[in-house]
Amino acid sequence: MSGVDYLSPGTVADAVSALRAAGGSARLMAGGTDLLVQMRGGRAKPKVVIDLKGIPGLSGIRLEGGGFIVGAATPGAVLGEHEALKAAWPGVIEAANLIGSTQVQGRASLGGNLCNASPAADSVPALIAAGVVCLIEGPGGKRELPVEKVQTGPGKTALAVDEILVAFRFPAKAAQSSDAYLRMIPRTEMDIAVVGAGVSVSLDASGVCTAARVGIGAVAPTTLLVEAAGAALVGSEFDDAALAKLEAAVAAACRPISDKRGTAEYRTKVASVLARRAALIARDRASA
Amino acid sequence: MSRTVVKATVNGEPVEFLGGGGQSLLDALRDELRLTGSKEGCGTGDCGACSVIVDGRLVCACLMLAPEAEGKRIETIEGLADGSNLHPLQHQFLEHAALQCGFCTPGLLMASKALLDRNPDPTETEVRYWLAGNMCRCTGYDKIVRAVMDAAADLRQEKPR
Repeated sequence: MSGVDYLSPGTVADAVSALRAAGGSARLMAGGTDLLVQMRGGRAKPKVVIDLKGIPGLSGIRLEGGGFIVGAATPGAVLGEHEALKAAWPGVIEAANLIGSTQVQGRASLGGNLCNASPAADSVPALIAAGVVCLIEGPGGKRELPVEKVQTGPGKTALAVDEILVAFRFPAKAAQSSDAYLRMIPRTEMDIAVVGAGVSVSLDASGVCTAARVGIGAVAPTTLLVEAAGAALVGSEFDDAALAKLEAAVAAACRPISDKRGTAEYRTKVASVLARRAALIARDRASA
Repeated sequence: MSRTVVKATVNGEPVEFLGGGGQSLLDALRDELRLTGSKEGCGTGDCGACSVIVDGRLVCACLMLAPEAEGKRIETIEGLADGSNLHPLQHQFLEHAALQCGFCTPGLLMASKALLDRNPDPTETEVRYWLAGNMCRCTGYDKIVRAVMDAAADLRQEKPR
């Protein structure tokens, strides 16, 4: 890891300039819990590391328009300590807080988890289910992109080489709505998802589902939004027929590999089961 | 590679060191400041042997670049005891024989301190989950967990030392 310059710009514009100046040889760093491991292992060989944490707004949580703006580099521990954010989006927070150890939670961020672009990234299916939008800045100005459009393949994103994910916009939460995230690992802590599933639901006064979104992870080259799975719940009271449709839609969307963590068949089955269970947890939270 | 002067506070003392070139905070603590209590087990954030507290937050010093320490308040194992008076955690680790080879012990002590700083009365389950990122290959963890529970009680002054 010798021969690496460290920059800590104070503005997004300075960070974009530094990215352009480096011409593809720079890497952005939020918490660094993936990047520094990759550099150490020789998989990433940047000449410049641009630390985003010194930029105002990149770390921290603020209310805006009834929703939240969450800085892309905000560490997981800070997310978990924000009672209002946790109350509004418990599924996103439980997903983010599943990543790594206490030590990793002190550093690891939603922005890093998304842009590292692992299909097994725990927070991403939950962010997709929650309908969260990325606020991106580059030399051409600002643009927005839904979370489900960011990952384009393992380790690859839709961000241009000189663009920066600045923050996430969480929508204003409707009454009687909530979310949940479940992951499968063969232990309780410190592991990478075999499968992950996030679900958000909204209910009407009589408990009928009026809207639902389902995100799944570790079952395709990218995390996925499964629109048909959400649609399967809408208009239902989470009866067995609706849940069976949700399970079928999730299974149909899965394109997993078989590896040491699980076979394709196992992952597909577990994705369906986790999505069903997460939907019921989200429903119970929404009606609580 | 550029190295810059990094100014930080380590265990209450202002320090300056040359940092950069992809050097980790752990390397800076051990090689520049000669504070060798923090250990390198894995170097990838999995084992917790390099756990230190930065601005009140538990982190792996191997997963932080040295220049990131600029202006930060860092607590390491070298600052845990008060002179020759051991911290209650250190005392209880000895009482319970909560170590064998000792390589993981500085990290476990700092992680436990970070827990008790924010939660003076943790349940055993909370202790076990909080310490999940600190590997110990000798003890089987049970003595460690009991030591942390008893140190918490000591710090709450529930029972005499």
